[in-house]
Amino acid sequence: MENKQDYVIEMLHITKEFPGIIANDDITLQLRRGEIHALLGENGAGKSTLMSVLFGLYKPEKGEIRKNGEKVTINDPNDATRLGIGMVHQHFKLVEVFTVLENIILGAETTKLGFLQKKEARKKVEELSKKYGLSVDLDAKVEDITVGMQQRVEILKMLYRDNEILIFDEPTAVLTPQEIDELMAVMKNLVAEGKSILFISHKLNEIMQVSDRVTVLRKGKYIDTINTADTTKEELSSMMVGRPVQLVVDKYEAKPGEVVLKVESVCIRSHIHNRDAVHNVSFEVRAGEIVCLAGIDGNGQTEFIYGLSGLDKVSSGKITLCGRDITHAAIADRGHDMSHIPEDRHKHGLVLDFSLEDNMVIQRFNEPMFQHHGFIDKKQVRNYAERLIEQFDVRSGQGPVTITRSMSGGNQQKAIIAREIDRDKALIVAVQPTRGLDVGAIEYIHSQLVAERDRGKAVLLVSLELDEVMGLSDRILVMHNGEIAGEFDPKKTTVEELGLYMAGAKHKKEAE
Amino acid sequence: MEKKSFFRSESFRSVLASLISIVIGMAVGALIICAVGMTDPSLGASSVGEGIKLVFGGLFSTGRNAQGVLTWGFNSTNIGNMLFRATPLIMTGLSVATAYKTGLFNIGAPGQYLMGTMASLMIALSIPSDKVPPVLIWIIAFAGGTLAGAAWGMISGAMKAFLNINEVIACIMTNWIAANLVTFFFDISNFKNVVENTKSGYIYKTTYNGVATAKLGLDKIFSGSQVNGGIIIAIIIAAGVYILMEKTTLGFQLKACGSNRHAARYAGIKDKRNIVLSMGIAGGLSAAGASLYYLAGNTEFFWSTYQSLPAIGFNGIPVALLALCNPIGVIFAAFFMSMLDICGLQLSNLTAYNEYITNVIIAVIVYLSAFSLFISMLLGKIGKKPETVNANEEKPVINDKTTVAEDAAGKGGNE
Repeated sequence: MENKQDYVIEMLHITKEFPGIIANDDITLQLRRGEIHALLGENGAGKSTLMSVLFGLYKPEKGEIRKNGEKVTINDPNDATRLGIGMVHQHFKLVEVFTVLENIILGAETTKLGFLQKKEARKKVEELSKKYGLSVDLDAKVEDITVGMQQRVEILKMLYRDNEILIFDEPTAVLTPQEIDELMAVMKNLVAEGKSILFISHKLNEIMQVSDRVTVLRKGKYIDTINTADTTKEELSSMMVGRPVQLVVDKYEAKPGEVVLKVESVCIRSHIHNRDAVHNVSFEVRAGEIVCLAGIDGNGQTEFIYGLSGLDKVSSGKITLCGRDITHAAIADRGHDMSHIPEDRHKHGLVLDFSLEDNMVIQRFNEPMFQHHGFIDKKQVRNYAERLIEQFDVRSGQGPVTITRSMSGGNQQKAIIAREIDRDKALIVAVQPTRGLDVGAIEYIHSQLVAERDRGKAVLLVSLELDEVMGLSDRILVMHNGEIAGEFDPKKTTVEELGLYMAGAKHKKEAE
Repeated sequence: MEKKSFFRSESFRSVLASLISIVIGMAVGALIICAVGMTDPSLGASSVGEGIKLVFGGLFSTGRNAQGVLTWGFNSTNIGNMLFRATPLIMTGLSVATAYKTGLFNIGAPGQYLMGTMASLMIALSIPSDKVPPVLIWIIAFAGGTLAGAAWGMISGAMKAFLNINEVIACIMTNWIAANLVTFFFDISNFKNVVENTKSGYIYKTTYNGVATAKLGLDKIFSGSQVNGGIIIAIIIAAGVYILMEKTTLGFQLKACGSNRHAARYAGIKDKRNIVLSMGIAGGLSAAGASLYYLAGNTEFFWSTYQSLPAIGFNGIPVALLALCNPIGVIFAAFFMSMLDICGLQLSNLTAYNEYITNVIIAVIVYLSAFSLFISMLLGKIGKKPETVNANEEKPVINDKTTVAEDAAGKGGNE
């Protein structure tokens, strides 16, 4: 039997209801001191609600929270902070125009006579950053740094506040394989120093790698808490989804056809530095194949996609889509042959304050099907949205009229995928289509992309996740520093080899 | 949607928030009347009661009887004048509301209003009415004024779209440029009123050239007032704006750009064109208000305007805020604002109070309508507790949380 004092935080029999849904149904979560405890569940399983309860954002109908065995009440996030609970959110909470240092000290500034004491703060942050291997550029503005560095800033924020209970909400969703390994090391380091970590994730590899125990939730219900050492990925995934899940993408050999997309010596200027963000990139994507642009975040993939989709100008080179030169075409014009699942679903994918149905037709409202003489045919829009919602199983509170902001991340992404796949274009560009999604949703999206490939579509996939790159693509192009560092056949290469090219240790020029 | 859910809906809460702003504004006005009445020896306690009655119900005041007691009833002059004054307010309110719905803050309504004034007056006064039928002149002047304002609005829009200059700054600059331009052009023109020169500095009324808005029988209903067909035109335009924004592809594009310019651009919508267009529409609406006001025939324009901007342009902002930027709501908000105007006049005519009290009320309402989001949030909180207004509802009011948003936890944290 365990002693009560072993638990640093306990959430006992938490029940939280919303109209029409029980988000947490009698959930118990006990975090031991110095352990990494994974909280596993699909989108909508109630993980975030449970964390909101812990942060005092929601009041549970039933249940209690204990710290070090004593009952505590948490009415708002300030209470949580006082109890030493800190969280790295999936969507970072940083002030974009502030520097890294300013963001870290924001809300916990040391002052003397009302003046900021940045020097002391800087010293403390530098120490923390060295101690845990969290390298950041303290004077860079957050808007200019990579997602990976933003996350390190978030972690430093918690450490700066001397939090002892650290919650990581889907921390690896945005990281490269190397960064993930670093984060895992950091997390182990943190628990070794006496911190306790709650690790919200649905990535089984990482949970297996780093956690001590796992609590699984499914559809608001508590399933079980088990020792990681005593379980397998397969067991965890079926506990999470409620059925056995296919972890490996099932697909036949690709049968590449005509060239759909042809990219010739494309250069795109960077907005941050004076060099090209994309330099002399050439490749082809054929009908019926999935080509993946792999690489570490910030190596020109985003800029290339901006150039391809028309959000940014191509400074030289030529892009041909279905035999048509689209190098300088308008965005709407490119849309005739290309659908696009964007990297940032909140910025580019959806108008969050619009309803689901309006978002479904945001590119198509001008088509004769949805408008007559400039008047939108609301009935058609509704029918169309209902069909997509049904076909792609997009779940939301009020169906087509749901404001997309209120939907879960996974369902927002499903909505975008539904919209883009249904547009039925020759080329599908999918940028990190499974970022931040759970196993069930990933399985679904992967199978959709493979199905589109088998229907003769050309798919250009941009992914940072090597599992996805290896599992899904028919050809892999590794981008490093704005250039194509090498081309690989996923069946003939290894993750390690890709990693070397991604990190720039190897380049095709040397190989030649 | 079922009917019941309306009372739990976001829109109901917003409307309630506006009404609460109005009630609080009126209450503050009443307090001021009390305070002024009690401290000013010329007023006294009895006038406090009268003052409050007039501020709330001045529209239906018919003066004083032989005993010096206030009398009440249907006052056609008051109501007609209220409609007349509401006409340009509806238009500037629509202007601000439309821009706001498309993500722009149109503080340039006064400048657009001035450009509309200048264009429509010059057209109405320069086309000879013995050769062209006055009705046609009226239509040309109205269209010309509207277009002038639209063009003026587009300048700020273009600065925003192409040079990324904040539209508020661009609008303020163009306001003053408009004020000076208008003064300059009237100064060198021969439209300065030299016939009725008891007052100097005014432009001819359009009636001088035989041009005036048709009364459409409204003068019969509201006898003794200045009302004319302009109010009907304004209401039709408001309905048109509603249809434009809610039912057409153009409105859809404009709103998409306003809500998320990046996503709109990404979806192939021409964001820059839409920003320019949206300011153009806003400018056209403001200017159409000016045309309706000055083509009425009984209004005169003080041309030396370079030191001041027309208040009616700025008053479009509170009208739009109070109406929650809903075009139909704008009609009622404008009625309400011009009613307060009339009440102010009644107050100063019938008591020793001055009419500025109503300006204080308007000011309070403006402040509160800026807080209407906050009030609506408060209402949401109240609604959650079962013992309050929604006691007979089975479920608590949590509109935006009916689905368990995965991001919910994101609201707090350690910041």
